[in-house]
Amino acid sequence: MTGFLRRRAITSLLPLVAVLLGVFFLARLTGDPANLYLPVSATPEQRQQFIEQNGLDDSVWAQMGDYLWGILHLDFGESLRTGESAATMALRAFPATLQLAFSTMLIAVVGAVIIGSWAAYRPNSIADRISSFLSMTAASVPDFWFAIIGVWIFAVGLGWLPTSGVTGGMASWVLPVATLVIRPLGVLTQVVRGAMVSALSAPYVRLARSKGAGDLRVVTHHALRNAAAPALTVAGDLMVGLVNGAVVVETIFGWPGIGKLMIDSILGRDFAVLQACVLLTAVSIFVLNILIDIGYALLDARVREKVSA
Amino acid sequence: MTAVLEAPSESRVSSQVALWRLLLRDWVATGAALVLAFVALVAAFGPMFVGDEAAQQNLLDANAEPFRLSDGWLNVLGTDALGRSVLARLIVASRTTLSVAVPAVLLSLVIGSLIGMWAGYHRGRRETVVMRIADIILSFPSLLMAVVVLYIFSPSSANLILVLAITRIPIYLRTARAESAELQSRLFVDAARTFGTRSSAIIFRHVLPIVLPTLLTVATLDFCFVMLSESSLSFLGIGIQPPSVSWGLMVAQGRTYLQTAWWLSFFPGLAIVVTTVSATILASWARLATDPAQRWRLTLPRGRRGRRAIRRAAEKALTPEVQ
Repeated sequence: MTGFLRRRAITSLLPLVAVLLGVFFLARLTGDPANLYLPVSATPEQRQQFIEQNGLDDSVWAQMGDYLWGILHLDFGESLRTGESAATMALRAFPATLQLAFSTMLIAVVGAVIIGSWAAYRPNSIADRISSFLSMTAASVPDFWFAIIGVWIFAVGLGWLPTSGVTGGMASWVLPVATLVIRPLGVLTQVVRGAMVSALSAPYVRLARSKGAGDLRVVTHHALRNAAAPALTVAGDLMVGLVNGAVVVETIFGWPGIGKLMIDSILGRDFAVLQACVLLTAVSIFVLNILIDIGYALLDARVREKVSA
Repeated sequence: MTAVLEAPSESRVSSQVALWRLLLRDWVATGAALVLAFVALVAAFGPMFVGDEAAQQNLLDANAEPFRLSDGWLNVLGTDALGRSVLARLIVASRTTLSVAVPAVLLSLVIGSLIGMWAGYHRGRRETVVMRIADIILSFPSLLMAVVVLYIFSPSSANLILVLAITRIPIYLRTARAESAELQSRLFVDAARTFGTRSSAIIFRHVLPIVLPTLLTVATLDFCFVMLSESSLSFLGIGIQPPSVSWGLMVAQGRTYLQTAWWLSFFPGLAIVVTTVSATILASWARLATDPAQRWRLTLPRGRRGRRAIRRAAEKALTPEVQ
């Protein structure tokens, strides 16, 4: 198992490093921060001082060296806007995104398993066709539109829920989570349904039935376990998308998460914060991918054997 | 020899006819195909008729409510804050939206499939390098990449297409590679290789025809994703820029008037939903129709009588097994 994890970790490290370097260069290309932060009337001396203070006069390679050296010491420099440590800002925003992502994923997985298994139980029945149509619709609704319509109906029209922010207690969670859950729920339901249809027609299910297993037991103990692998892959991809920051939803609802911080720091040419954010999400995706691999091994005896071999 | 060569082309024609028949049998899929065809026609020819009306302001008739025919059929979906017809703007925006989504999908489809088939056919080091690059693109937050690239080069349609295409290439690359890696060990590929066929010819003549249906299905589904990405970017203000107008941008512009004029955001969003849902339905139908192991599901008789017939047949077939 440890050998398998080590191999996986090494192959996943390459994208991590590429993302780091990519963000460094892309961020440098978006324009000179000296022009952005200083007023037009700034004297050349002021400009020179600003550039020297922030190390912008070094060569790109020297700046990159500083940057990589800083990463090894978990030092990303200070935010150009607030003067705060970039790492602190990113770490402060991250829990908000993680909470949103985990609660969304939990609801999506539970909902998808129930609806998907129910639809797959009788393929092509009315229930199956309705749930298929709804899950397809859900998978293709633009989230920003859904968020706006939700705000219009429930916040502006009925006044039940706050329009944005996180201070409103549980009520402020409803609209962001509901908006985020739609797409994963639709996609996952389709995957679970597809996998369950083939699992329920497999020989081991017929064997279980012939030995007298009830409907519920067949679905939960025999079919679901075998249908879980494809669902796990898709759920992992969706989770990566959520951890990356639900930029649109966080912007609309004023959610103080990592996606909003990233967009703000791009707009404000705040390199240090941007790099800290991207590194944080890249590392957590790296960890997430390894967790998914472990999940595979736990689910599938064939993978487990390959791992230990 | 000629007879042998002609036989497959005949069967291809008849299989196309069978596909059409299968499509017509499934009314949901037929409806989805008709919607997509309608949207494509509107995008192609609509702006010719209403192009001027979409830009024409009429401040006396600003924020007019929808579903009233009193001031002409063009204002049937209401007017915006400058008195421009929402319907005319929707029609003009459909061209912008499709002219970003379709080229982006085609570009990523062609590039991704070619590289993927090449990598899967040759395996070895070429495959490893290509797959690592795909991993890197995939692990890069795609919206972030779009934002950064669009800030460096101005957010024009061409750049938008390029960014969307690059972020979607890995999807086709992975699909094409997996299928072609499996196919290259098959007997008919071996046979072609033994006769000295060049690898490019094998890829185009023997691998591509088998992989193509899967790739086209993925592309139909991806059309959805690209359309949603474009509208999200336009919504955030870094996609299509005014005075051009796309559906996503219309939703964003209408957001400010949500309390007074809900129709400004609602209808463009509805247009996006109808188009993307149709594409998803057609893709899921195509996945069944092009898969020989699943195609029978589409040929089942529909309606109450058909279902009863199936149940009777199934009961008959299952009875001995139960005993």
